[in-house]
Amino acid sequence: MSVNMVQKLYELLPQIGGFIYPNELEIHWGLLIVVYPYVTGIVAGAFILASLVKVFNVKEVEPMYRLSLLTALAFLLVAPLPLLSHLGHPLRSYEMFLTPQTSSAMAMFGFVYAWYLMVVLLVEIWFIYRKDLIVWAEEEKGIMKWIHKTLSLFSTDTSKEAIAFDNKALKVITIIGIPSAFLLHGYVGFIFGSIKANPWWSSVLMPIVFLFSAIVSGVAIVIFLYMIIMPLIGKTIDMKCLDKAASFLFYAVIVDFSLELLDFIHRIYESEESIKILSELVMSKLFLSLIIMQVLLGMLLPLGIMVMIKIFDFRAELRKLLYFVTVILIQIGIFSTRWNVVIGGQMFSKSFRGLTTYKMDITGLEGLLYSLALLILPFIILAVLLKILPAWGKSREDVAEA
Amino acid sequence: MNRRQFLKDLMTYIVSGGTIGAAPFRIPAWAATKENGKKRLFGFGVQVDRCIGCVRCVHACKNENNVPKEPFYFRTWVERYIIQQDGNVIVKAIGILPDQETETITEKNVLRSFNVPKLCNQCAHPPCVQVCPVGATFQTDDGVVLVNGKTCLGCRYCIQACPYGARYLHPETHTADKCTFCYHRVTRGLLPACVEVCPTQARLFGDLNSHASPLTRFKRMNKIHVLKPGLNTEPKVYYASLDGEVR
Repeated sequence: MSVNMVQKLYELLPQIGGFIYPNELEIHWGLLIVVYPYVTGIVAGAFILASLVKVFNVKEVEPMYRLSLLTALAFLLVAPLPLLSHLGHPLRSYEMFLTPQTSSAMAMFGFVYAWYLMVVLLVEIWFIYRKDLIVWAEEEKGIMKWIHKTLSLFSTDTSKEAIAFDNKALKVITIIGIPSAFLLHGYVGFIFGSIKANPWWSSVLMPIVFLFSAIVSGVAIVIFLYMIIMPLIGKTIDMKCLDKAASFLFYAVIVDFSLELLDFIHRIYESEESIKILSELVMSKLFLSLIIMQVLLGMLLPLGIMVMIKIFDFRAELRKLLYFVTVILIQIGIFSTRWNVVIGGQMFSKSFRGLTTYKMDITGLEGLLYSLALLILPFIILAVLLKILPAWGKSREDVAEA
Repeated sequence: MNRRQFLKDLMTYIVSGGTIGAAPFRIPAWAATKENGKKRLFGFGVQVDRCIGCVRCVHACKNENNVPKEPFYFRTWVERYIIQQDGNVIVKAIGILPDQETETITEKNVLRSFNVPKLCNQCAHPPCVQVCPVGATFQTDDGVVLVNGKTCLGCRYCIQACPYGARYLHPETHTADKCTFCYHRVTRGLLPACVEVCPTQARLFGDLNSHASPLTRFKRMNKIHVLKPGLNTEPKVYYASLDGEVR
């Protein structure tokens, strides 16, 4: 038996407020499960940004197109890791594929994930890069030649018809991809929203709130990456692209904010059995992470900044700075949202009579350091991806140097 | 009828009668447990007024089922409710921590007080079974919800889905664990450990489909309630004299 675990639970005992069922002291879904919806949210959001270009023909955002797809891929590759790490028996996880329980939302994870990775993201990226890969492989020597040749699956056809087919295929995949991205993250919301035992989670709005917060976080992180990578590779930031993307971010934040406000008002207005304990939870244990971090810092402040940018005609340099601050604030806000949903939902007793507390570990699989590593890993994967598959056509060599 | 015909008929009568008469002895054991052609369906009764809060049931359960002795893991526990004059409700899981009984409440201030044993409700519509991604948590034919420790992933979705806090993650096996109605005992005709040791018969166990079961009498003689009926889980743990404050 893990002595540390028991020791930790003994330490938590004095911090219980009111009555909780005795089995409820241990918080079962910790930091790792906070990381999971945060990461998948970025995947879905980044993909939606990419689909703006292909499906809705928003030409201004073109410079972010490839970057957003690669970002989605980098984060998607990391998405299963927090889930696997938190399982009591990670080696049994294959059972979810072999003998899935069809009534379980969680059992569908593997299938939704596999569909999104194999059918949507990888195929779309392959079609985008197919021609480039062939051209690069012809020019290059050594290992890069072979990497690109293999990645192109040894296709050699660069005729006009082939390119036309690529574009047609891209359009179809993106159209399939949008509902798939919705499915990927809406499904994560459903995992929480369908738990009737937990009034903090149980809401029909949950998948939709998750979806819009996903779009917000995904678009914000692509803007963030774009603003960092461009100067690094010695290119200038395309202000038209930035303004347009930020504009979409602004609308997504407004929708997200409205949905969360609706959820809030609905709860207060209905004032069900759980309202007392939930108010206590928000005003005590979640005050910092919900009121301060999620709502004020992560939502209202960025919204205010973006409204200012819309109203006043700021210089490009100032706009850049403000956008940069905004996207960072939004990341903090969305991470807090995930925290408040996952951890917050376990901090009150299902007897509605008391609150427990969550003490984060520093080391170990459930610890802060491991979760930080999981959050850094997608950026490393993205760097590798950008090295192999440069996102900005002509500056391929520049990226290689960077 | 001549004599030959009579003897012939007599022989037929004896042979066929004997065959029919012997038939009940040849019926397989599983069918013999059925009454009125109905399947066996295990249920549990709690007479709240009879519980004296001795928590022998809690200790018996922990010993019988290898539940960790630490005060964070329970298949069954007992809650003490003290409702004060001003309507304030004090609830505690009793007999768990040695220093828990130190707080004193003056008798004058107490409106009513009672103990409520809690355990897995073995719901007819168990949310834990619904959410288990691999079917490791399942319902037996006799209505008991069990966990297969060999296939449980330890994802803890079932713990989140249980409205009654009846599940915990076993710290040694890293799999979900909960009350099984002592399935290993009841399938051999024994009573669950907690029922066996209860000195006041506050806990009752039996077949809900059997007229001879003590549970059937219990359900006939009492006003019955279940926990959190609004969630439509349809518990098979029935409470008599349950107070509205109990959740």
